[in-house]
Amino acid sequence: MSAKVSNFQETPSQTAGPYVHIGLMPTHAGNAGSYDGEIGVSPFVDGVKGEIIEIRGAVIDGQGMTLRDAVIESWQADADGRYPGETGADPCVTGHCRFAADPASGEFCLRTVKPGIVADRAGVTQAPHISLWIVARGINQGLSTRIYFEDEDNGSDFLLGRIENKNRCGTLIAKKTGEASYRFEIKLQGPDETVFLDI
Amino acid sequence: MGKAMIDSGRLIPRNGAVHPVRRDMEYKTSVLRSPDFPLLSLESTKTEETGPVFGHTSLGPLDNDLILNWSKGLASAIGERILLHGRVIDENGRSVPKALIEIWQANAGGRYRHVEDTYFAPLDDNFGGCGRTLTDAEGRYQFMTIKPGAYPWPNRGNDWRPAHIHFSIFGHSFGQRLITQMYFEGDPLIDRCPIAATIKDRSQLERLVAPLDFLAARPLDFLAYRFDIVLRGRRQTMFENKTEGL
Ligand SMILES: [Fe+3]
Repeated sequence: MSAKVSNFQETPSQTAGPYVHIGLMPTHAGNAGSYDGEIGVSPFVDGVKGEIIEIRGAVIDGQGMTLRDAVIESWQADADGRYPGETGADPCVTGHCRFAADPASGEFCLRTVKPGIVADRAGVTQAPHISLWIVARGINQGLSTRIYFEDEDNGSDFLLGRIENKNRCGTLIAKKTGEASYRFEIKLQGPDETVFLDI
Repeated sequence: MGKAMIDSGRLIPRNGAVHPVRRDMEYKTSVLRSPDFPLLSLESTKTEETGPVFGHTSLGPLDNDLILNWSKGLASAIGERILLHGRVIDENGRSVPKALIEIWQANAGGRYRHVEDTYFAPLDDNFGGCGRTLTDAEGRYQFMTIKPGAYPWPNRGNDWRPAHIHFSIFGHSFGQRLITQMYFEGDPLIDRCPIAATIKDRSQLERLVAPLDFLAARPLDFLAYRFDIVLRGRRQTMFENKTEGL
């Protein structure tokens, strides 16, 4: 027997369900006007420094079907690798965006500013990346992953370096499809399953 | 949107035992939408430890009143009037001020105002079904709303969702992001619900069941339910280098 250390445990997750748009993106649910100003409409505002890019893709289930109800949130640094709130961060970067799969095709599009290299603790660097959090019906706990970029130097990235099976690193790297455009598919299962993070 | 709040310290790793299983044969949609491979477990980085900050300026005065917000205050939604309130703390036991809480729910008949909801229970002209608020300095929040109805859904032969309210909570860091559902004390459908049953530890599921808070009810007006929320905390040890600013 021993005295107990008081501890608080995180509240359990539950699926966001198919109607998550009502709460997070009311216009997408058909409820424009629910709020004056929705949250996470764009991760930047006019005057932003850096390259504006578009990342298109889809979330794909174990049978190759796109999730038409998925909602994704992104969080990222500015063009110089600074997060909002850090000294010197670009005031035009909010860093946070919400985007949804198209209800017909399941395709999503994130329009954002390309992030820079992030200097982390004690000399650890992170290649330019965007953090994603994915929710949908059937996803009992939101899934975390990251987008890296094919045309950046990812060789010394801390996180990619921790993926034991190097063949899977590519699942986190967006393919360049044109001037300032990329493709990033999120595969929930199968041999090309995206690396999801417990971080 | 203002400055991000940068609390110091790594995030406490998630404890999978409190959470639902990712794949559950009884919740059929989860079968094809859950990863096969183990997740990559890593210490948090600046990316997970930072997050956007939401200001009061971006919220409207009726945003946390679902009885009135859809009609812009002109008429009340139909249903059992309730006050829903609680506190947001982290695993260190500290209150989480300025947490963004967004909720959504069905109306009193169990119908969502969503283009994809085809259940034949009628829409309520005066009910939209979403609300949002920021926690105060002590982490407290409150909503006025109506008790949502139970509704059927295609899964097994005859599945019904217990009355529930969906909660999305945004604390101070992206790594704390959480979506969950709140149930109501005494609802017999909780024990029949395959989504509730994805949480295998009964004591954890009970944390999502809001008790009737009779002392907070207002006579001749509304009943009250209390739902407290815990977000991930920070590992705080003397040996963690906290002087790097992150
Ligand atoms: Fe629901």
